Amino acid sequence: MLRGGFRNECFEFLLDMSEYITHDQAGKSVGKVEKQFFTFAQPPDEMMLDSGASLGPITLAYETYGNMNRDKSNVVLVCHALTGDSHAAGYYSDADDKPGWWDNMIGPGKGIDTDKYFVICSNVLGGCMGSTGPSSVNPETGSPWGMDFPFVTIGDMVRAQKALMDHLGIKKILSMTGGSMGGMQVLQWCVQYPEMIQSAIPMATTMRHSALAIAFNEVARQAIIADPNWRNGNYYGGKKPDLGLSVARMIGHITYLSDEAMRRKFGRQLQDRTDLSYQFDVDFQVESYLRHQGAKFVERFDANSFLYITKAADYFDLTRFKNANSAVRVFSVAAARFMVISFTSDWLYPTYQSREMVQTMKKGGLVDVSFCEVEAEWGHDAFLLPNQRLTNVVRGFIDSVYQDTK
Amino acid sequence: MSTRIQNNTPLRFDLQVIASWIRTGSRVIGLGCGEGELLAHLKAKKQVRETGIEIVEQRVVRCIEKGLSVIQGDINEEVHDYPDDTFDYVVLSQTLQQVYDPLALIESMLRIGKKAIVSFPNFGHWHVRAQVLFTGHAPITPQLPYTWYGTPNIRILSIKDFRAFAEQVGFSILKEVTINTDKQDKSGRIVQVLPNLRATYGIYLISRE
Repeated sequence: MLRGGFRNECFEFLLDMSEYITHDQAGKSVGKVEKQFFTFAQPPDEMMLDSGASLGPITLAYETYGNMNRDKSNVVLVCHALTGDSHAAGYYSDADDKPGWWDNMIGPGKGIDTDKYFVICSNVLGGCMGSTGPSSVNPETGSPWGMDFPFVTIGDMVRAQKALMDHLGIKKILSMTGGSMGGMQVLQWCVQYPEMIQSAIPMATTMRHSALAIAFNEVARQAIIADPNWRNGNYYGGKKPDLGLSVARMIGHITYLSDEAMRRKFGRQLQDRTDLSYQFDVDFQVESYLRHQGAKFVERFDANSFLYITKAADYFDLTRFKNANSAVRVFSVAAARFMVISFTSDWLYPTYQSREMVQTMKKGGLVDVSFCEVEAEWGHDAFLLPNQRLTNVVRGFIDSVYQDTK
Repeated sequence: MSTRIQNNTPLRFDLQVIASWIRTGSRVIGLGCGEGELLAHLKAKKQVRETGIEIVEQRVVRCIEKGLSVIQGDINEEVHDYPDDTFDYVVLSQTLQQVYDPLALIESMLRIGKKAIVSFPNFGHWHVRAQVLFTGHAPITPQLPYTWYGTPNIRILSIKDFRAFAEQVGFSILKEVTINTDKQDKSGRIVQVLPNLRATYGIYLISRE
């Protein structure tokens, strides 16, 4: 494990921010929720993957909030980001001290109003929070897949979600939303199953990773691969590559914040000391914060899943969907109303990438497109934090789409 | 709990004139659409498919709260991406006098739209002329309420100037309505006699030749 004290009494304010989970001020919540599972693609009817491989059986973990109306016209599908899960809102039990990752947005009277809408969130294919991924058991060998798990893409994740929608009898999705890699899934849905999507809110996302984004992911992956405990992915049942995974998480956290956020939260403040240590121990608060984030992350996330999912995000390139030669053509099939959201301080998927997306939609003649660059100082992860303007646009947009369908 | 905006205030008089020109069910883009007063009216009353361009985040948020499709951006940039004839009407309301390159913008408007609607405050109004003549100061009027150093109005034009502009550049004026409004612009009347002297605003429906 990493050296350095994780004494963080003074860090509670940061920890709340780091996990982006805050209790709703008004105390409103969807309440107790239950993780559910759906298994499909039983051999020999396995699911074909973009890589050409096939996979089955596949299990997706998912949660739902609110009630589906009789004609199933109030479905909102929420997609999580890289290290998220199906637990988007509510609590599993009374003892649970933290709600789902987007509890400030999803709930009664909130931006995505569970009094009106039926909200679904599922853990991605390749994940490690209940859905089939490299830590799942390979039915052929009886032991975890590890590196034998086939490569999955954003398209494959979406294909699996489509199977879940079919299972739930859902033919139209009123609105779908997600930030970061969740936004990639939103975009992919809009071109892969355009007839199903009535409206879409891609947030803090991109049509394809920049070299910068790929570079950060590659450094994070190399940190895992270089950990001697990784053992080519065969670490299940033994020592896990915690050191590598925690360094990977530290790198990720740097990209999720911003220069301004770090300056404001940490500056050059020292951690539990008044002078420099002249040791390679924790001196600065920002070091302590990152180490703490890394240490906490290894408790809940699988290193191989991290490798597979970051690669899927790197491979994502909407502009080349079905070998298209122009992004304009790709979007021209989309029938959804769009609301694209970016954040001023996001340097992982900066606003120019969202503008590019909007330009592409416009060039394709899509006119029901909104775009808003939300002022936010917290960097890429701003979409997860409570923000009244963000809540208002999400509510206004979904409500107006719902009105139009009536 | 809903934040849907109830718009009970009547539409501004100049916007009423513009709204009266727009056909039911058409595609409309409003450049510099503010909080979407005109677009919301057109969507509710004339079932148009609307798009707005607005640069100020807070106004964009207000528009989206009202259920309008609005893109945050600079009108001079945002007009470029649409294919030809995407819209039936391209509306530029009381903004022409603030545009750095009015000719380029009008050309873009007439490319992406079949018709364009342009309105602007008339610098030929007698009030403006009298102030310059008698006080020797740059004019400050209800329609042009800014000091010379704080004004966003960088292009000074009159009704006559716009007519001449159409002729020089080569676009057609299909309709011209010149109006005189009260201080809040809520009510007004159409000025038919000596508009360049008596009207506070000019409103034009234009098209390519």
